[in-house]
Amino acid sequence: MRVSLFVTCLVDQLRPEVGLATAELLERAGCSVEFDPRQTCCGQPAFNSGYRSEARAVARTLIEALEGAEAVVTPSGSCCAMTRRYRELFAGEPEWRARGEALAAKTFELAAFLVDRLEVTALGARVAQRVSWHDSCHGLRELGLRAAPRALLARVAGLELVEAGLREECCGFGGTFAVKHDAISVAMADRKIDELESLGIDVVTGADLSCLMQLGGRLERRGSRIRALHFAELIAGGLPALAAAAEEPAR
Amino acid sequence: MIHGLKAREFDRLSREALGDDIQRGAIGKATDLIRGRRGAAVARLPEWEELRERARAVKAHTLARLDHYLLQFVERAEAAGVVVHWASDATDATEIITGLVAEAGERPIVKAKSMVTEEIGLNHALEARGLRPVETDLGEWIQQLAGEPPSHIIVPAIHKTQAQIARLFAEQLGSAEDASAEELTAIARRILRQEFADAAIGISGVNFAVAETGSFLLLENEGNIRLTTSLPRLHLAVMGIEKLVPRLSDLEVFLRLLPRSGTGQHLTSYQSIFTGPAPGRGAAPRRGRGGGPGGAPPPARRHRRRALVGDELRRSSLQCIRCGACLNVCPVYRQIGGHAYGWVYPGPIGAVLTPQLAGIHEAKALPLASSLGGACEEGCPVKIALPEVLRDLGREAGEAQGEAPGGEGFGCGRWAWFMRTPRRYRWALRLARLGFPLGKRLGPFRRWAEQRELPRPAARSFRDQWKERSR
Repeated sequence: MRVSLFVTCLVDQLRPEVGLATAELLERAGCSVEFDPRQTCCGQPAFNSGYRSEARAVARTLIEALEGAEAVVTPSGSCCAMTRRYRELFAGEPEWRARGEALAAKTFELAAFLVDRLEVTALGARVAQRVSWHDSCHGLRELGLRAAPRALLARVAGLELVEAGLREECCGFGGTFAVKHDAISVAMADRKIDELESLGIDVVTGADLSCLMQLGGRLERRGSRIRALHFAELIAGGLPALAAAAEEPAR
Repeated sequence: MIHGLKAREFDRLSREALGDDIQRGAIGKATDLIRGRRGAAVARLPEWEELRERARAVKAHTLARLDHYLLQFVERAEAAGVVVHWASDATDATEIITGLVAEAGERPIVKAKSMVTEEIGLNHALEARGLRPVETDLGEWIQQLAGEPPSHIIVPAIHKTQAQIARLFAEQLGSAEDASAEELTAIARRILRQEFADAAIGISGVNFAVAETGSFLLLENEGNIRLTTSLPRLHLAVMGIEKLVPRLSDLEVFLRLLPRSGTGQHLTSYQSIFTGPAPGRGAAPRRGRGGGPGGAPPPARRHRRRALVGDELRRSSLQCIRCGACLNVCPVYRQIGGHAYGWVYPGPIGAVLTPQLAGIHEAKALPLASSLGGACEEGCPVKIALPEVLRDLGREAGEAQGEAPGGEGFGCGRWAWFMRTPRRYRWALRLARLGFPLGKRLGPFRRWAEQRELPRPAARSFRDQWKERSR
């Protein structure tokens, strides 16, 4: 199957390794992978601030870039969920609404695509670590993303999945919320991190880089030994990705 | 002027609340307990989602034809012997009520728990006339003793520990500092019984009003509402216009949703339906203002709730049945509690209602005080699209800031311009990368970096690396 990557602006600029790992996993699953550089962003930052016409302008760029693809895969539950809102976002523009809906219908979050669409779970990975999964809000509530990533982790040799009681609690990111109300945002992260530390895990992983930046940034500041890594990187890179994360110089 | 409104101070209040570990502990413990019970109660109803949809549809339908149902309700209620007064705002409402209380001879007043009376600052208005309304819901009574507004819609003293309540009672009532929960409730019962016996006026809210019969329904667990509405000679029920449902049979769905959502109960201990005064109890004499036969609801320009009715998204906020479920699942409420929201309604529904009922200029920080994770919407029994309304209000708050450079609106406009073509996108990111070392010390980045490490832009973007990979 030919798959077009929607890497998301955050991955493109902050952690390209996640995009490369996504391509790597899709190839291991037998897909041929393309990337169309006309893509920028899904429009969510403006949408979340209530600026719908700005969000539409950006969404049109994404629709134009990717609507020709056979299938679109993105390493973000949140950005994938955003495409599902194009229908409502373009309610007043029938043509764009139809194009937005068509794109949403063939856009998938990476884990959901691998497990539910391709029915692939074994990706030949080995990671001898205690790992906890963070269920990001948008992936969980808007895409129902729960079983698919766990099915992938279950097939990683050596990996022990440790379920946190607070796995479905918000990490405190929330876009501008993280800076507008930074103290509350950090308190929310701390609540989760306190539990993760008590579980003695090595890695917290998830399907959204934004949440992992929030948890990872706070973990690092607290001097924690726990690493926050996108699951694509964890599975594709295995131990080398972990070593790289551990060796990243303190900033 | 809205009594007790402090939503402008959200930043200060929330920071203070974050420092109160005892309060955070109390709220966490109590909301976990309620969430557990709610989850168990909901799990036993396979038709839960269907009930939510029915409730949403009833409320949405009623709000879309609100004037029709309001007039029908008033006609039927008056036919049953109720006297109806219209109020267009808080001042209007408190003046009508204090007028009725004066006519009744300013006698002792007991109150059942009611959010709308908190909203209009009724106790404050009555106290200003030298009266002493006594809250009879245990939690509300505790809050009244403490001189604080409620911090949760259905559990007013949720932020207090038992030890704090024992100390409060010791200070105010002279009881033992280490009184047990049983002793504390026995003290409350003894004092409140005397208040009920002495009261001549009972004031309550309304949970639901039925247009076809002119009836209204009150739900409770403590029995204090039964006493408040039956022992005193005069019962004043205060109701927001959004409390209506068309038919008596519509109550079925709400009776199943509200107790389960609020406390995880299958049903509250008491449900009281009032259709006119009890036999032998005459209605109070009608007062002139607004209450005459054929009287119409006040115009929308003076009445904030009516102003909301015209907008389909905004009026969904009026579907709220005040169950508090969104508070219990809100990760922000859990950290900061109810008082930080600066008015009567806390949590997600407060962030939605306060800017709309008190004005966006009074509550600009509230719509942004949400991570938009959607736990509130998932928990809402009437399916209010809370994140969607918050986003919409967020834009209004941004515009209220004046769209200044650096403001939300200005930022979104610039951002969207850069994101519209891949070329501009690459320029923007090149600029961002150059500016990063400096930007780290500025504005949003600094606020991020104060307590968290800031992610550093990658040396080479994905798109650059991909170009090489494909070569």
